[in-house]
Amino acid sequence: MGALMVIFSLQPKQRRKMTDSVEDELELSAVRHRPEGLEQLEAQTRFSRKELQILYRGFKNECPSGVVNEETFKEIYSQFFPQGDASTYAHFLFNAFDTDHNGSVSFEDFVMGLSILLRGTVQEKLNWAFNLYDINKDGYITKEEMLDIMKAIYDMMGKCTYPMLKEETPRQHVEVFFQKMDKNKDGVVTIDEFIDCCQNDENIMRSMHLFESVL
Amino acid sequence: MAAGVAAWLPFARAAAIGWMPVATLPMPVAPAEKSKRQDELIILNVSGRRFQTWKNTLDRYPDTLLGSSEKEFFYNEETKEYFFDRDPDLFRSVLNFYRTGKLHYPRYECISSYDEELAFFGIIPEIIGDCCYEEYKDRKRENAERLMDDQEDNKDAKLPNMTFRETMWRAFENPHTSTMALVFYYVTGFFIAISVITNVVETVPCGSSPNQKDVPCGERYTVAFFCMDTACVMIFTVEYLMRLFAAPSRYRFMRSVMSIIDVVAILPYYIGLVMTDNEDVSGAFVTLRVFRVFRIFKFSRHSQGLRILGYTLKSCASELGFLLFSLTMAIIIFATVMFYAEKGSTSSKFTSIPASFWYTIVTMTTLGYGDMVPKTIAGKIFGSICSLSGVLVIALPVPVIVSNFSRIYHQNQRADKRRAQKMQKARLARIRLSKKGSCTAYLHSKRNGLLNEVLELTGSTEDEQHLNKSTSLLANQHHHLLHCLEKTTNHEFVDEQYYQQSYLETALQNYPSRSPSLSSHEGMTGTCCTRPSKKHRHTPLPNSSTTTHMKPLAHSHQGGLQELSTIHIQPLSSSRCSLNLCVDEAMALNCQSGQITTAIITMPTPPLTTPEADAPLPAGHAHQQNVVKVSAL
Repeated sequence: MGALMVIFSLQPKQRRKMTDSVEDELELSAVRHRPEGLEQLEAQTRFSRKELQILYRGFKNECPSGVVNEETFKEIYSQFFPQGDASTYAHFLFNAFDTDHNGSVSFEDFVMGLSILLRGTVQEKLNWAFNLYDINKDGYITKEEMLDIMKAIYDMMGKCTYPMLKEETPRQHVEVFFQKMDKNKDGVVTIDEFIDCCQNDENIMRSMHLFESVL
Repeated sequence: MAAGVAAWLPFARAAAIGWMPVATLPMPVAPAEKSKRQDELIILNVSGRRFQTWKNTLDRYPDTLLGSSEKEFFYNEETKEYFFDRDPDLFRSVLNFYRTGKLHYPRYECISSYDEELAFFGIIPEIIGDCCYEEYKDRKRENAERLMDDQEDNKDAKLPNMTFRETMWRAFENPHTSTMALVFYYVTGFFIAISVITNVVETVPCGSSPNQKDVPCGERYTVAFFCMDTACVMIFTVEYLMRLFAAPSRYRFMRSVMSIIDVVAILPYYIGLVMTDNEDVSGAFVTLRVFRVFRIFKFSRHSQGLRILGYTLKSCASELGFLLFSLTMAIIIFATVMFYAEKGSTSSKFTSIPASFWYTIVTMTTLGYGDMVPKTIAGKIFGSICSLSGVLVIALPVPVIVSNFSRIYHQNQRADKRRAQKMQKARLARIRLSKKGSCTAYLHSKRNGLLNEVLELTGSTEDEQHLNKSTSLLANQHHHLLHCLEKTTNHEFVDEQYYQQSYLETALQNYPSRSPSLSSHEGMTGTCCTRPSKKHRHTPLPNSSTTTHMKPLAHSHQGGLQELSTIHIQPLSSSRCSLNLCVDEAMALNCQSGQITTAIITMPTPPLTTPEADAPLPAGHAHQQNVVKVSAL
């Protein structure tokens, strides 16, 4: 009788304690990643030593464990776009940065990606962009993939925009894009079509150099 | 911008390259990094203890003292450090906030000194992390209550303009507010005590007639007791009626527990008056007198502790109920066992299972009256098991109930739960507001940013410094990023309010396709001073009542013709209107160079009127070699 009462009254607390301890265990066994040495990274990327130091300090500050998982990535990226929902685009970005597809972005992945984006040649940057758009990495950008990307970009704008975002705005934008890029009108954009077309477009070429002074 | 991720801004900007092939419009120019310094160490000398940190760390929160230019006031030239004459221990928490993005409250610190430090350094306490926020709020509440208690002793003045009814109610609820209330309080208490004592003494035998058996005093001095009873009931009735009159919500008062107790206490008397000498119901009438004992519950108005006890029992109802349930189970089990064990023995008192209930209860509560005892061996064995388990069953739930009571007691000591909820809502609202500040900061700085480009192109540095006083490089870069997104999607960020307005207004914006000279002039003045029906109104920024918000979306330029796709102008107050009018007239709208010069001329005046400069001159983006200046008013 007393035992029954003890069980009933103490059970809720016990259950809580058990789940807490499980979570604690998970925390402890979380991945702790240490990046390669500074010299190696210097050799592999186009950043100077000082720049790598600054980058790593920022990276480690936000992710003390040394790797970014997708959730943290989405949170960080969403903070730059407070009005909209940046999580879908962050998901695509994450896949673009996570080159070995192991579900987490380590500092090396991060710095390699940045090296291409900030210090790479135009060809490399366009390559990277194509890789971003090609969601299933099969070498072709289909209209559906482009529509997903476009919707993700428009989601970042949020609801309060001028003029108002309509349902078909991303679709229309995709049509414009395909009209421009798809030279042989076969419904997909290959890497060569993409690069050719971008190199012929002044706006795009100029904007590729826009962020070179970052960092 | 959430500053903890300031270090990731370069990444976000680099990732913006992903939008470039998709964009249809040209991208805006990146903000110039005026002085590309290496990240430097700053020394903060707080009362002798030196803290060192990177300048970038402090720049993460530009709206605090350390993150803004306000810290320059504390710069010491000789020692090349920033000196603060504040508590170095508390400064640790402040600096850690910059480093980690989370503000913690050290438990050993006094709450008011902590609040002062936060106020000094310009940090709002609402962003204290969840780990420390409960503690902070509790301490703050305790402090506030202590201060309030001290204050309440001083403020006994009657509030003016209270009706007689309100005064009475206040007197009833808080007896120490006035002398009359106190007198009333003590008088009623006295009469409650008298009434209860009367009821008790009524039954004491005090007769001393030798040939009769003792009669209770009530029957001996019937008249005296009746008078006493009448007096008490009259007092209680008057009190009840007065409370009913004074209550702000009579219906709610009548439903409250205390008033029900009052009614039950006085009702038997009146029922007794009504029915006299009716033998059938006289038995029931006697029973009704039992209810007179409820008068003792009226004491709970006089005692806070009793009220808390009552409330505790009410809220411990589930635990008590469970205790009762388990006891019942035990009683039934043991009673059954004892009955069957004692069935065999002769002249056993255990005649039935319900009869055994009494034995089980007496044994389990370790009373042991001894009127029923088992005689068989089996009965004795089970009897001993029964008494042992009784001890356990009774003893175990008691601590649970006791802990419940102490928890509720402590809860009662703090503020109401409803007040805590309101504070939680207020806290979340404040955090949301400070986060939303980033959106509005962008919208706000868009106008400033456009001004900056005008200045940069014309090379006027004093004005640039004047206008660029509060936006840090980080903020500039963030805004540039958002601007790139706008250009990619060909849509703009707007305020919530504006969005609502444009949602309601189905009229599309006009393209003022006209020669830019007089017609736009007229159009602008018309807009400025009359309520625009065609032009869109803009939303006021939350921290200013009226500001203008103008941005050209896209512009094509051929020759001198300029088209504005959208112009947002708010009808301003008359004084502002006249200012714009003057500016209007000062403009020569046709040639580009003319516009530039007038732009410079009129620029300084608006910023001086309000901090949120109503700069009436946004500028278009530099576009290759064509400088397109769109002056809109």
